[in-house]
Amino acid sequence: MSSESMALLGDEAIAMGAIHSGISAAYAYPGTPATEIQEAIQKYVAAYPDPKINSAWSINEKVAMEEAVGASLIGKRSLVNMKHVGVNVAADPFMNAAITGCGGGIVIAAADDPSMHSSQNEQDSRYYADFAKIPCFEPSNQQQAYDMTREAFDIAEKYEVPILLRLTTRLAHTRARVSFAKPRGQNELKLPDNFKKWTLLPSNARPQYKKLLQKQKDLIAYSDASAFNELKITKGSKLGIITSGLGYNYLMENIQDGSIECSILRIGVYPLPEKKIKELASSCQEILVIEEGYPYIERYLPSYLMRFGINVSVKGKLDGTLPEQGELTPGIVRAALGMGSLENCESDTSGLVRPRPPALCKGCPHHDTYLALNEALKGKEKERIVFSDIGCYTLGAYPPYETIHSCLCMGASISMAKAAAENGLKYAVAVIGDSTFDHSGITPLLEGIKRENPFTVVIVDNSTTAMTGGQDTICGETALEKLVVGMGIDQKHLRRIIPLPKQHEQNVKVFEEELEYAGPSVIIALRKCIQIK
Amino acid sequence: MKKDIIFAGVGGQGIVSAAAMIVTQVDKLGFQCKQNEVHGMAQRGGSVVCHVRISDGQIYSDIIPKGSADLILATEPMEALRYIEYLSKDGTVITSNRPFKNIDYPDEKDIINSIEKRSNSIVVDANGLVDELKNERVINVAMIGALSKAIGIEGLKDGILKDVEKRFSKKGEAVVQLNHKAFEFGEAAVQ
Repeated sequence: MSSESMALLGDEAIAMGAIHSGISAAYAYPGTPATEIQEAIQKYVAAYPDPKINSAWSINEKVAMEEAVGASLIGKRSLVNMKHVGVNVAADPFMNAAITGCGGGIVIAAADDPSMHSSQNEQDSRYYADFAKIPCFEPSNQQQAYDMTREAFDIAEKYEVPILLRLTTRLAHTRARVSFAKPRGQNELKLPDNFKKWTLLPSNARPQYKKLLQKQKDLIAYSDASAFNELKITKGSKLGIITSGLGYNYLMENIQDGSIECSILRIGVYPLPEKKIKELASSCQEILVIEEGYPYIERYLPSYLMRFGINVSVKGKLDGTLPEQGELTPGIVRAALGMGSLENCESDTSGLVRPRPPALCKGCPHHDTYLALNEALKGKEKERIVFSDIGCYTLGAYPPYETIHSCLCMGASISMAKAAAENGLKYAVAVIGDSTFDHSGITPLLEGIKRENPFTVVIVDNSTTAMTGGQDTICGETALEKLVVGMGIDQKHLRRIIPLPKQHEQNVKVFEEELEYAGPSVIIALRKCIQIK
Repeated sequence: MKKDIIFAGVGGQGIVSAAAMIVTQVDKLGFQCKQNEVHGMAQRGGSVVCHVRISDGQIYSDIIPKGSADLILATEPMEALRYIEYLSKDGTVITSNRPFKNIDYPDEKDIINSIEKRSNSIVVDANGLVDELKNERVINVAMIGALSKAIGIEGLKDGILKDVEKRFSKKGEAVVQLNHKAFEFGEAAVQ
């Protein structure tokens, strides 16, 4: 890309940072608020196909993470990107990649979603970096998202550790101008000198883990020296503030006029910089920690202070100065600073504003599937549960459908329905989309079919990953059917329906028949998402 | 100079594109900008909001602090009210009068009255516009016309009109003219 700056979303800034770092591949599964990272790379690849960057969607986050380790082993750089709960799926290779360490650089961009705009929890990915004992970068603006991605690849290779880059929803989805640095070429293919570090037999894993522990001192020294950990001491000020990510932006929004005197340590790199924390703590009497997500820095802080023998009080989320739940806002930070509210008193809308939750589109195939399923289940309310999954069809929990009764995590609909069936529920139904099925539904279905559990799996195949904006499904339609056949389902109980109003009566009948069947059945409701062009 | 603008509407109405149209031009004029967008679940017919911040100085927060927005631009009147707590005391509401009824909707007159009784409110007669031009898709351009006049940044109107021409020229001169008319219709609603 020739232009030296562009207005980019935080997600896109990470994408450009990775491209300019010379990645050979980007591995990802779509999920809000991370989706636009991979999409930006795909757009770039479409416009600039040479040199090649592999950027097709992965089947799930675990596979994505493993793919990155594969590329790393042969010396290539790659970016893994996903939403926060995706890191749970990728946790096994993620934790172990910290032990193998990197060949070519691996950066894992994890987008957290405090306030759960489009998620089922608000877990904080910094804990994963800590858990794996690898560095974490946390940008607070779009320029830093780019700059940190660039630096993260170099650090990953210098210290031979994967790096986690943590961002949150508002940063991911805010557009601002970003200046680019000189792009770097891709790594040459290079096979490792020895394969011990890549082969985690206990005898190899023990020395590798020891190495990882020994690196920690160097990583803390790096963190202390990093300009991304920025310390500004205001002499004589009693208040010290430690902040990170968007917390910094909201702090500065409120105090840019100089209304509050304080020393500030902005954290951009973890492990936490010991010397800078000591310096800040020595300069003040009270520390306020402003961080988005869990009180991570705040929990670590007392152990540092104790070690330094410094006695200052710490405020933040744990003592209720800031709320533990939900994303930060400028107003919340303002209140924590003890400043008066800016909020408009004339905001009474006297009951005129009603909730407008997201809903299935007009003409959505899931609409017809749910109407038919509801009718087939009528009168069976005391003996049925419809377990569901992650996708547009989760909206079937809302009126007018109220068809589904659970949503836990990717693929869980099938495992839960299977378990309910074998523990005595008469009508155990799972509803799962094609992309979610590919992601995590195949293994539980295989188990249910082989165990001959009496349950009904409805695969609502709209041939796309609709909720995140329509990414390609790896295996749908005929191929999906063949996959289910290959698992050994009795083909009389592999049914196909077309979810259309005119098919309603027929579809109800198929559901009714399979609900009564005392073995595993799969009903594929096949109709393309109306948003696919 | 600082303009904080809330763009509000319903998923599918093109709120993100409308905000991007303004920001792209303002960015070209050399101002600092931040545009926070909604992606994901809420875009499925739910309430959608964009925070647009324009300044000649540094912008820190990605979202507008409650009580300090200069403007709310809404393509749907109930959505204008939903974000009213973001507006500063002397802030302006610019809204379309055309409701989007995919929920149990209160009496739309009550909503319009509640907006009109505010001292700085501009109700763009989108219903009238659609009757006149027989096209629902031009509402956004009309709302952008109203906003462009209300924020009064020099060069913004020209930039937007050029952008409109670029976007719609493939569809023919008639479509470009239709959008120009819609833009002017929106402008005329602002005194």
